[in-house]
Amino acid sequence: MQKPNNMMLQTLARLIIVIVLSFSIYLLLAGHNGPGGGFIGGLMTASGILILYLSFNFKTIQAVIRFDYVKVIGIGLLFASLTGVASMLFGFPFLKHFFDYFTIPILGEVELTTAMLFDLGVYFVVLASALKIILTIAEDDK
Amino acid sequence: MSNVIILPIVVPFIIGAILILLYKRHTIQRVISGITMLALLALSVFLAIYVYQHGTIVLEVGGWEAPFGIVIVADLLSTLMVLLSTLVGTVCMFFAFQTVAQDREKQFFYPLYLFLMIGVNGSFLTGDLFNLFVFFEVMLISSYGLIVHGGTAYQLRESFKYVIINIFASALFIVAIAWIYSITGTMNMAHIAERVAELDQKGALNIVAIMLFIVFASKGALFPLYFWLPKSYYGPPAAIAALFGGLLTKVGIYAIIRTFTLIFNHDIAFMHKGVIVTIAGITMIIGILGALAQSDFKRILSYLIISQVSFMVMGLGIFTPLAIAGAVYYITHHMIVEPALFLFAGAVQKITGTTDLKKMGGLLGTHPWLTWMFFITAISLAGIPPLSGFFSKFSLILAGFQEQQYVISAVALLVGLLTLITMMKIFSHTFWGKQKHSAEQAKISVGKLLLPILPLVALTIILGFGAEPIFNYSMEVAKDILNPTNYIESVLKE
Repeated sequence: MQKPNNMMLQTLARLIIVIVLSFSIYLLLAGHNGPGGGFIGGLMTASGILILYLSFNFKTIQAVIRFDYVKVIGIGLLFASLTGVASMLFGFPFLKHFFDYFTIPILGEVELTTAMLFDLGVYFVVLASALKIILTIAEDDK
Repeated sequence: MSNVIILPIVVPFIIGAILILLYKRHTIQRVISGITMLALLALSVFLAIYVYQHGTIVLEVGGWEAPFGIVIVADLLSTLMVLLSTLVGTVCMFFAFQTVAQDREKQFFYPLYLFLMIGVNGSFLTGDLFNLFVFFEVMLISSYGLIVHGGTAYQLRESFKYVIINIFASALFIVAIAWIYSITGTMNMAHIAERVAELDQKGALNIVAIMLFIVFASKGALFPLYFWLPKSYYGPPAAIAALFGGLLTKVGIYAIIRTFTLIFNHDIAFMHKGVIVTIAGITMIIGILGALAQSDFKRILSYLIISQVSFMVMGLGIFTPLAIAGAVYYITHHMIVEPALFLFAGAVQKITGTTDLKKMGGLLGTHPWLTWMFFITAISLAGIPPLSGFFSKFSLILAGFQEQQYVISAVALLVGLLTLITMMKIFSHTFWGKQKHSAEQAKISVGKLLLPILPLVALTIILGFGAEPIFNYSMEVAKDILNPTNYIESVLKE
């Protein structure tokens, strides 16, 4: 079968992916205070990567993104659980979170919290499991 | 100190995550998860003793104070349940090492197993109604994974029903939670209990109570929501069926006991002595009739779960200290005996290659150890003295007669007799009669399989002969949960 010409899709995907990924990272970073969070950020990143899978072919993207998604899920779970345990080591209740304000060059004053690390774990888990589920179903076709 | 009580939830979580990273290497997975379960068992024994000596421990997660944040509460009942669930989990895991095929093990068997333990332990320990829902979901999602594990056509078909009924029950759970939140304005169970006592809103609260009862009854397999259980427990391998038979229904029963002693104790004459006792009676009869009609080892055991769990609910319904203590004792007894029977079914299946009673016989001649260990467990389930089944049934029926609940007590007596018949049916078909398995099958050694079951058999004997101290402990548990002010005060620190 002749391959369809999807130049328009591929050009647009390159543009869209930048916006989607940067917004998803914004959502991840905003999560612990404002609307957003690891879950929604992870889903959005997953959908961004899925656009790539759809517009280019499966093998091309697989060659570029060489993560084993299953291991990413494990790492995410470890991040989330160890954040909770870390506070236990210092004698505070499980999942107690700490925050402070730091001045960083260029960005200025930012709030850094340990809840971010938890969100990062959630982000990894959601991202990887969404992609893994969809790709597993897609691979069934072969 | 209070951080210790979160460990039965956090340890399997972290180890499960590590096992996901190692998913291709099944030997390491086995070793790590075996050690983890043993460590958890030691931890839960320590917790049970510590709480018995020092009283309830409360952890406010994240440092958020009680009615606002989530609390984890370890009182007598919950630590006992955690101890039992970890014991069953450990035994079934060591059984699984020898029976679950390697290619299945690589499909995330151990991570799912540990995540199931998180859900179960979490449900027992949480002091927050919404958090209970969350842990139920953790438990259910891992159980979906385990019940289809291996992916045979039968498993997929039956677990579809299992998933559907549980999703329905979860949706109902959320609605009931929303409703109780709109009535009391809080999610903390102790706080809800306090508000319910002040409210004097019988009608609305009864509706919520019945909705929650339906939710937990569908998890605990009570009439009329039991139908999913026998078929879906038939599919998975014996280790998983034993784990589910021991743990999952008991989580539902625990939730019923917890909510109906702590929160919904406003209308005992109607809810407990009316609705709950009636449903327990019907479930008992239906379950035992189902078991009598079957002629398959695992199916009989699955139906027996249904009739057995209703004994615990009956104890709650009668609602005296003796009856509740009987129910607690019964949970202990059943969580030890039922998994053991399922594991025996697995061992028999390994020898004969079938679970159909009509196709087996004469195992007494070739495998005497298996036979006698099964015999002890079976008569313990049926309630023959001096084993644990007798004392648990005795206290329940005694309490029933004391409270003039003659019908339910008579039904319980009858069901006990019929249980004995089903056990004898299994025994005479499987172990007596002509040898139907081949000479090669007769040489299959099951010594290694019996080793993990041995602690359970020993425990049912110990529970029987040491009934006095263990019953005293059950009485302590019963008095503790019948006096909710203890729980409320230790959570809200008043």
